[in-house]
Amino acid sequence: MNLSSLAIQEAATALREKKFSSVELTQSCLDAIKKHDGDVRAFTTVCEESALANARAADALLAANKAPSILTGIPVALKDVFCTKGINTTAASNILKDFKPAYDATTVKKLAAAGMVMLGKTNTDEFTCGSSTETSCYGTTHNPWNLDCTPGGSSGGSSAAVAAGECLYALGTDTGGSIRQPAAYCGITGLKVTYGRVSRFGVISMASSLDSIGPMTKSAWDSAAVLQEIAGHDEHDTTTPNVAVPDYLAELAKADVAGMTIGLPKEYFIKGTDPEVDAAVRTAIEVLVKKGAKIKEISLPHSPYGLAVYYVLCPSEVSANMARYDGIRMGPGPTKEPKDLAEYYFNTRGEGFGAEMKRRIMMGTYTLSSGYYDAYYTKAQKVRTLVMRDFDEAFKDVDVIITPVTPSTAFKIGENSNDPVKMYLEDIFTVSVNVAGLPGLAVPVGFSSQKMPIGMQIIGPMFSEAKLLQVGHVYQQETSWHKERAMK
Amino acid sequence: MLYNILGSLLVTDAFLVYLIDMLTREQVLHIAKLARLGISDAEVEKFQVQLSGIISYIDKLNEVNTDGVEPTAQVTGLLNCLRTDEVLSEPLANADDLLSSSRNNDAATHSILVPNVFE
Repeated sequence: MNLSSLAIQEAATALREKKFSSVELTQSCLDAIKKHDGDVRAFTTVCEESALANARAADALLAANKAPSILTGIPVALKDVFCTKGINTTAASNILKDFKPAYDATTVKKLAAAGMVMLGKTNTDEFTCGSSTETSCYGTTHNPWNLDCTPGGSSGGSSAAVAAGECLYALGTDTGGSIRQPAAYCGITGLKVTYGRVSRFGVISMASSLDSIGPMTKSAWDSAAVLQEIAGHDEHDTTTPNVAVPDYLAELAKADVAGMTIGLPKEYFIKGTDPEVDAAVRTAIEVLVKKGAKIKEISLPHSPYGLAVYYVLCPSEVSANMARYDGIRMGPGPTKEPKDLAEYYFNTRGEGFGAEMKRRIMMGTYTLSSGYYDAYYTKAQKVRTLVMRDFDEAFKDVDVIITPVTPSTAFKIGENSNDPVKMYLEDIFTVSVNVAGLPGLAVPVGFSSQKMPIGMQIIGPMFSEAKLLQVGHVYQQETSWHKERAMK
Repeated sequence: MLYNILGSLLVTDAFLVYLIDMLTREQVLHIAKLARLGISDAEVEKFQVQLSGIISYIDKLNEVNTDGVEPTAQVTGLLNCLRTDEVLSEPLANADDLLSSSRNNDAATHSILVPNVFE
């Protein structure tokens, strides 16, 4: 097995036992990128020299027994929306082509302080708007389990890089399912945190009342280790509440589901879901029942409206966030010589944004425009309150809620590209979690007959990441799906 | 739930034209103007169909009774987070780096050049 196929937990132990060095581990990742990424196309930028320099620095810390964290010397890939000082950060959009930020995102700073080895930046749907990585200006990423399929999205570059063994873990962002859905499609573990649990300072915004950041890893244990380093209040992000950060790995060591009640919402176990997905998730729940968990059928009555709420709030907030891209302070500007400033903006934005971005900007501009704001945006915010109340009610009776991550396994590249509403349905089981601001963990629970990965979603109350990771960890101690590797 | 939504999917873009109120060409151009977004004639036609399809989908929110329900803008309930107004001892980024991230950076004047606003 290549070193790059290892999980953080194994690699961190081996680094301390001097079985190999961070330079060797990093070189193994760079070799895997050279071998596989021509097919997978997960990376938008690879930072070979600086990664090896990071690794040498980490080796020095490890040799002196001064490693600041479990993550010291562990190679990571960052979705190309995390600002990295002096390194291309493009959101996979032509409008930010060749943009090099003047500072690091808070999460990047924190991981640097933990001794990370930064391998490079990964592909995403343009400005994270999509469910397949197909709207990227770099072209689509391919699923390591079947190159004809999408890796999901928008964090499809990150999920594919982890699944292809090109890195040990990655960071992604999740606004409507963009960590959990690609994690499920690529057979890895992905955590969407509570809104505000992880600072978004220096991460390119999509929809500000929904965006969150999280780890994409090879196990729940690894996600706990990464979350430990990035969670917490940040004075530069006023949406991060001052809630204490637990010791996630200590919590995992106590993991036990005996006596826990798992809610199964009837609105998420329905005809229309691929029977193989349904069966794999139910089998996974049985594993937890054997470990002492109890099952309770519940109802989240406003679930059918979650996606409609999302597709008002998200494009509205996207259109507001995209207003800053005027081609003057960032990006290449227009190719055609404009006759005035207004035309400069029209040309910059018309040339710079791709089809999906234009669609969302148009949609959001419409729903926020005079005369429609109350009918759409305020109405959606009211239904949002009802979606949140459904979850509040449910969590009076159950500890966590379990659902499939997606109704089916990864679809073929190009299959949904011309039908925006069909593409939006990819997020049907994940969006309500963002609408309510809750954490959700995607865990691999098996494969379809076509050998495509299937994911289970574990949802909890706000700031219950430790509990979700415990459930995921208990499951992964009983099963080995998370140890399956797509590429040798 | 999925069935209801799948029902609305089975109609193709072309068929949608007959089912729902279409945005007019003028409405689409007006939205593009508000968004300062240059779009082609082909895109105007495409958005007439696609935006109308999405609007008819989100109109299902009208099925929900929201009388007396407060809107939620921020899920964690934080409000007006302020900091003291003081100069940071260590700036988050230096001015030269920030200026150099713009291709319109003019080193001589230490500024970003923009097209003329006045004739």
